[in-house]
Amino acid sequence: MSEEIEKKIYRGRIKVPYKHTAGAYVERFITEIGKNNKIMGVKCPKCGKVYVPPKMICFTCFEKMEEWVEVGKQGTVKGFTVVTHSTPVMPLEPPYAYGIITLDGADTDFVHLINESDPKKLKIGMRVEAVFKEKPRKRILDIEYFKAI
Amino acid sequence: MDKVAIVGVAQTKYEEDKIDQPYSELVFEVVKKLHNNLGITNDDIGCVITSSNDFNDGRTIANMAIQDAVGSVRKAESRVSGDGAFAYVYGAMRILSEEYDTVMVVSHCKCSEVSQYLVNNTIFDPYYQRHLGLDQISSAGLMANMYMNKYGVSEEQAAKVVVKNRKNALNNPHAHLQKEISVEDVLNSKMLAYPLKELDFPPFSDGAVAMLLTSEKSAKKFTDTPVWLKGYASCTDAYYLGHRNMTDLIGLELAAKGAYEMAGISDPVGELDVAEVYDAFSTHELMSYEALGFCGKGEGGKFMDSGATQMNGSIPVNPSGGVLSSNPTMANGLIRVAEIVLQLMGKAGKRQIPNAKLGLANGMNGICSQGNCVLIFGGE
Repeated sequence: MSEEIEKKIYRGRIKVPYKHTAGAYVERFITEIGKNNKIMGVKCPKCGKVYVPPKMICFTCFEKMEEWVEVGKQGTVKGFTVVTHSTPVMPLEPPYAYGIITLDGADTDFVHLINESDPKKLKIGMRVEAVFKEKPRKRILDIEYFKAI
Repeated sequence: MDKVAIVGVAQTKYEEDKIDQPYSELVFEVVKKLHNNLGITNDDIGCVITSSNDFNDGRTIANMAIQDAVGSVRKAESRVSGDGAFAYVYGAMRILSEEYDTVMVVSHCKCSEVSQYLVNNTIFDPYYQRHLGLDQISSAGLMANMYMNKYGVSEEQAAKVVVKNRKNALNNPHAHLQKEISVEDVLNSKMLAYPLKELDFPPFSDGAVAMLLTSEKSAKKFTDTPVWLKGYASCTDAYYLGHRNMTDLIGLELAAKGAYEMAGISDPVGELDVAEVYDAFSTHELMSYEALGFCGKGEGGKFMDSGATQMNGSIPVNPSGGVLSSNPTMANGLIRVAEIVLQLMGKAGKRQIPNAKLGLANGMNGICSQGNCVLIFGGE
């Protein structure tokens, strides 16, 4: 950047670390992925819908969901995109894909990464499977990505 | 419902990087312009409503950074942390409370000051979505892919939205991007988030917008052509992308339904003369046509092909050039309102829709139309 432009700028950075309270739903979901390579959802007592990832309240019925259900590690791609732009918070080197995936046994969709950089190799309706991280870090990325099967 | 009037609006030119002006000076520029246009002083303003975003402004309680510029020291001021259209709604409620006779609503954004990808990543929850690196570009790609696949909408149809809005922007002196482009230009631009390309997305812009709202009894003191609020509704959809219907803008659809009901509109295309929609990306405008009831579900692409939303069509959409031409993010909803006001006052210059009497503006918060507000305005 030119000196002339730099003179007009006052640089700053906000550094604020958080310890977000996980809550029982996030805690169990992330723990099961990391420890047991299991993907868990919760079932609404009223409409029976299985939510993955889990959360406390079914927004359709306004009911508290407490019944845990294991869903499949495999699922069907309902939507995808391949990104080429680059940002400092991206977990993979672009280009890579995001998928909206209906896991087997779930009634909602799960958003995650797919390790594919060519949109021509991706298809709505294709089957994918979760690949788990060897050393979990208590992150949604303890599922490293989904791969085509 | 002729109870809340807008009597004047002021805008900056929207630009890529207004490096000589901090955002407080952008705000001062539009507030002074508004005062001068209406021949008023700060003493004529009963209360102030502002809208911006703390992450974009780089501090919390960021409205304090503009309190001098909006003249709100020792005056009633409150702020909407979100899209400017919601700030308009707050301002209208201040008038309806009968506590204030005049309310100034102001919104600003300097996208140039911080990475909009990083700011948008913080929209996502820190547990399930943020670490995936999602932002407005990737989520738009997901939505566009699902929408186009479900309804058979083509990339050409999406590109036509960009071509239309960019062409309209040529006639708007405030617009940021003022260069005509072709369908081929859009289709040949760099793939950014399949199936969306670089030109399917808006630029990032700096700018500010202000307007004066008054009660029914005071409106004519300020202008012969006040613009009246006729209908309003808002609606939010589910937060987590996978818990939402990504092929239809359900939240916008429900907001439109409520606003039409309040305004007594049963045939939007037949009754509305002009619409300003929040076109966050090309296919998003097509989806908005459907949600706003301009055409049937899945028919957004065909509706674009029909020419109905062009300047000479049955329902011109985004005569201002839309967000695809100017994108100071938090101000976008209030800019939509400002354009409808200019159209209904007959002050839209070269882009004036002849005899425009009834118009629609919509605002949006969050990603992919999660939070929506639809406003209907009528002219004299």
